[in-house]
Amino acid sequence: MLILECPYCGVKAEETEFHAGGEAHIKRFGPGSSDADFEGYLFNRENPKGVHFERWRHANGCGKWFHVVRCTMTLEVFGSYSAQVSEPPQEIRDAITAKRPGWCWRDFA
Amino acid sequence: MSTRLSTGGRLIDRTKPMSYTFNGKRMKGFAGDTLASALLAGGQMMMGRSFKYHRPRGVVASGAEEPNALVGLGQGAAFEPNQRATTTELFDGLSATSQNHWPSLEFDVGAINNRLARFFPAGFYYKTFMFPRVAWKKLYEPIVRQSAGLGAVPKERDGDTYEHFYGFFDLVVVGGGISGLIAARAAGRAGLRVLLMEQTAHWGGRAPVDAAADGATVNDAPVDKLVEEIVADLATMPNVTTRLRMMAAGVYDHGYVLGYERLTDHAPEAPGPRHRLWRIRAGQIVTATGAIERPLSFAGNDIPGVMLASATRDYIVNYGVSPGDRVVVVTNNDDAYRTAIAVKKAGLDVPIIVDARAAGGGALAQAARDLGIRVENGRAIAKVHGKKQVEGVSICAQAGEGGVLEEIACDAVAMSGGWSPVVHLWSHCGGKLTWDEAQAHFRPDVHNSPKGDAGETFVTPAGAANGAMQLGDVIADAGEMAGRAIAALGGTVRAEPVTASAPDEVPMQPVWLMPQGAGPKLRMKAWLDYQNDVKVSDVQLAAREGYESVEHTKRYTTLGMATDQGKLSNINGLAILSDALGQPIPQTGTTTFRPPYTPISMGAIAGTARGAAFQPLRRTPMHSWHEENNAHWEPVGQWRRPYCYPRTGESHAEAVSREINQTRSSVGLLDASTLGKIIVKGPDAGRFLDMLYTNMMSTLKPGKCRYGLMCSENGFLIDDGVVARLDEETFLCHTTTGGAESIHAHMEEWLQTEWWDWKVYTANVTEQWAQIAVVGPKARAVLQTLSDDDLSAETLPFMAWKEVTLAGIKARVFRISFSGELSFEVAVPAGQGMALWLALLDAGAEHGIMPYGTEALHVMRAEKGFIMIGDETDGTVIPQDLNLHWALSKKKDDYLGKRAQQRSHMADPNRWKLVGLETLDGSVLPDGAYAVAEGVNENGQKRTQGRVTSTYHSPTLNRGIAMGLVLHGPDRMGEVLEFPGTDGTVSKARIVDPVFYDKDGEKQNV
Ligand SMILES: [Zn+2]
Repeated sequence: MLILECPYCGVKAEETEFHAGGEAHIKRFGPGSSDADFEGYLFNRENPKGVHFERWRHANGCGKWFHVVRCTMTLEVFGSYSAQVSEPPQEIRDAITAKRPGWCWRDFA
Repeated sequence: MSTRLSTGGRLIDRTKPMSYTFNGKRMKGFAGDTLASALLAGGQMMMGRSFKYHRPRGVVASGAEEPNALVGLGQGAAFEPNQRATTTELFDGLSATSQNHWPSLEFDVGAINNRLARFFPAGFYYKTFMFPRVAWKKLYEPIVRQSAGLGAVPKERDGDTYEHFYGFFDLVVVGGGISGLIAARAAGRAGLRVLLMEQTAHWGGRAPVDAAADGATVNDAPVDKLVEEIVADLATMPNVTTRLRMMAAGVYDHGYVLGYERLTDHAPEAPGPRHRLWRIRAGQIVTATGAIERPLSFAGNDIPGVMLASATRDYIVNYGVSPGDRVVVVTNNDDAYRTAIAVKKAGLDVPIIVDARAAGGGALAQAARDLGIRVENGRAIAKVHGKKQVEGVSICAQAGEGGVLEEIACDAVAMSGGWSPVVHLWSHCGGKLTWDEAQAHFRPDVHNSPKGDAGETFVTPAGAANGAMQLGDVIADAGEMAGRAIAALGGTVRAEPVTASAPDEVPMQPVWLMPQGAGPKLRMKAWLDYQNDVKVSDVQLAAREGYESVEHTKRYTTLGMATDQGKLSNINGLAILSDALGQPIPQTGTTTFRPPYTPISMGAIAGTARGAAFQPLRRTPMHSWHEENNAHWEPVGQWRRPYCYPRTGESHAEAVSREINQTRSSVGLLDASTLGKIIVKGPDAGRFLDMLYTNMMSTLKPGKCRYGLMCSENGFLIDDGVVARLDEETFLCHTTTGGAESIHAHMEEWLQTEWWDWKVYTANVTEQWAQIAVVGPKARAVLQTLSDDDLSAETLPFMAWKEVTLAGIKARVFRISFSGELSFEVAVPAGQGMALWLALLDAGAEHGIMPYGTEALHVMRAEKGFIMIGDETDGTVIPQDLNLHWALSKKKDDYLGKRAQQRSHMADPNRWKLVGLETLDGSVLPDGAYAVAEGVNENGQKRTQGRVTSTYHSPTLNRGIAMGLVLHGPDRMGEVLEFPGTDGTVSKARIVDPVFYDKDGEKQNV
């Protein structure tokens, strides 16, 4: 059972307080998009062994969605931040780099 | 035969005799006995039959790793199958029954499987499924049924209580042997909050037993003294919690530990819960879980009387029980000599120590010789003689094929194939293992440890669990490893000079098959996994058949898949597989260790969450009235809703008919409070709802209502309901009863993660309002008697809403209908729901007003052809399938699901579409029945062309009505379809318009 920190409440809490919401930073493709773009948006997901960006909701807390970066292999958590951004903030990227130099995930590095 | 010795037994109290029954026979033991030691003391060597071949089996171990001695414990509400006799503490009045036999343990019909063993090779179950059908039915099924499953299922509800505890500690030490005690004391002295748990009823682990045989001392004192001293120290530390009879069942992410405490298993009359599940957060975990001895693989190694050398020693030293008068010891290491010495010291005979190592043993071997015990090096057991009891062994050369050199009579065999550290907890959360060539075992690779949220190591193995096997090493390692865990927590360790004096041991030598060149006949009787009856020959067969992965071989042969999860068999099986594949053991790797370490009770997992406390019960404000008026309840999620209100002598069907007839002819009442109610408010609320609903909501005028559909982004229908615009910036969205929470979450997810700059907020106010539907031709008349406000069709037309005062209560009245009748849904603050309900009953009395339940609601909506989420939809249905094109806005560029619905499969004209179905004979179609088409599919099954989604008896039409999804349905009006039932009958139904009642909708619009 993971321990995650809600960036809104600032509390570290048990995984049971949260609700997992799959991959983070997914760009929506709506009407007018190509079949390939739409398929990618709806179904294709990263499956990394290592650094991964996820969405979580503080479901049994403040109710806010936020992003978590963690290592799928060691379960190490690099940080959490607002879901209301389209890319990870620099301090989060720095925190990952400190532990996993040379990391990359989708277009982020 | 096994028996009680006249003296000895460090754990039993001979002044406290206890009586118990085994298979109904009265037997005697002492306080401190385990069931296994008491049975052995009573001469009961055979304790069960094996799972597959029903071979007679005796106890082989003395602890949690025991595979054979599984019994059914207790009776009635206290009955529990598959309990290990070795971990069951004896109490007065205990009742146990053996398993896997019929009619009796001694004479078992199923043992025929043993003689048919060559027909049950590895992969039997998989291969059997490919046999012809007739062989399966006539031959295999009866045999498989005989042997399927271990133990018997309890017949009564569990009569005990259970609970959960939450624990928060700096350091959790698992295992109360020497290593665990040393670690806990060091951490306690460092001022940390410590929890020390030990799965058995005693502190000290194996070291005191070993010392009894080899005379080892610590700090020049007996090992027992050190145990007593540390336990006494711990008792004085307020920051240290200690628990006996508590096992760490599993280690999970970021330092989470599940502890399983058995409170009253040993004292069933004691008050309080039977088991307690501890849900623990630990800063650091030290696994001082010791090691488990491995069996040796020789023919007949499962005959009752063959035991692990360590178990043999335990029974003698701890319980004063002799496993037999003449005990042959067979080993590949020095430790088993301690057993020979213990046997001899107990006044019993050791006719021979068979040491597979050509060079033999060290100081302990010499000590055995000094006691006059014959020791033979480079020898092996070719075969054990006996059926239900060991009668003797054939001795051969380990290097050969089993040519018998000598026959030796004996009634017990003590075997040791070396020791494997208990690495389960280390491995549960990702700790990796390393192969220790010298000791031939896997031990924790401390450089690849389980990691916490900050990337820190959070599990540290200590002592034998870390591969330290001799007393001096164990003590040194425990101190060193505990120091690491304490330092990780910021604590400092005081140096504690503890010096051990114990005999030096010479290296063990791996022996995976005995003798090394054993032929097929011997290999077929050399057991690896006792509980699942897997032999050396099975694993070799699997390898020949191409199974190379250890995980596949495990599933194919079932090696290690029984309730003991292969605690004894894993390494031996792995070695045999590696040998057959011609590769080193570390290359084959090990199978995954998964929690729990040993099975834990379902009761402990449930804790107090059972019966009424299993989940919260949600009650509407009128719940108590329904209860007092004989409501028959229907669970709807966590709500209870009245299904109908049967009157005296009335069946449920009759009650439903009465409720519908009253509502359609006059007026009825429905408690609709469970309906989801979500407020969506803000300058961008209309824009937001336009994205959520398939139809246009932003154009809705304040004071008006509109029915809307919601789809997932994948295009499928997920909810429906009426939206009312309360004012320019505020909408009230009604959802299905089951959808309230999930749709609210769905809204928040899109608002927060996609359109976070839109000015909208939402609130789920479902429980803040009581909602009552007043339905039927007399509905307006009833309401009007309670209000001075104008409720006429002119001021409150269909699909409008208005704030009025009813019976003195401020209410919102929505002119919406789910029944097709003139209908008003009245919402008042929850606290005033009951008052309004009573006022309505009173006001409607002259019209015979009565409440109706969910079944009447369902029938009336089906009569009108209204869809129900969950009936007409199942997660694969789109609005177009239900002919709801009119609710899909063509003016909007975008809404959730729009792009998905443009995919070719969604526009396929062959998607099944909604129609009405009318049986030819007026009967009710079976729910979920499929309409068959001509021909068969590639699996030889009849083709299908539709299915029933809702089906009811309509009292209004006095016939069965149904809705269904049918291929090209709307184009096939009048066609008759055949619906085969599961009972061999075929129902015939005609395709009709799904609106059965008031097709033009005149009744609701008055
Ligand atoms: Zn929060």
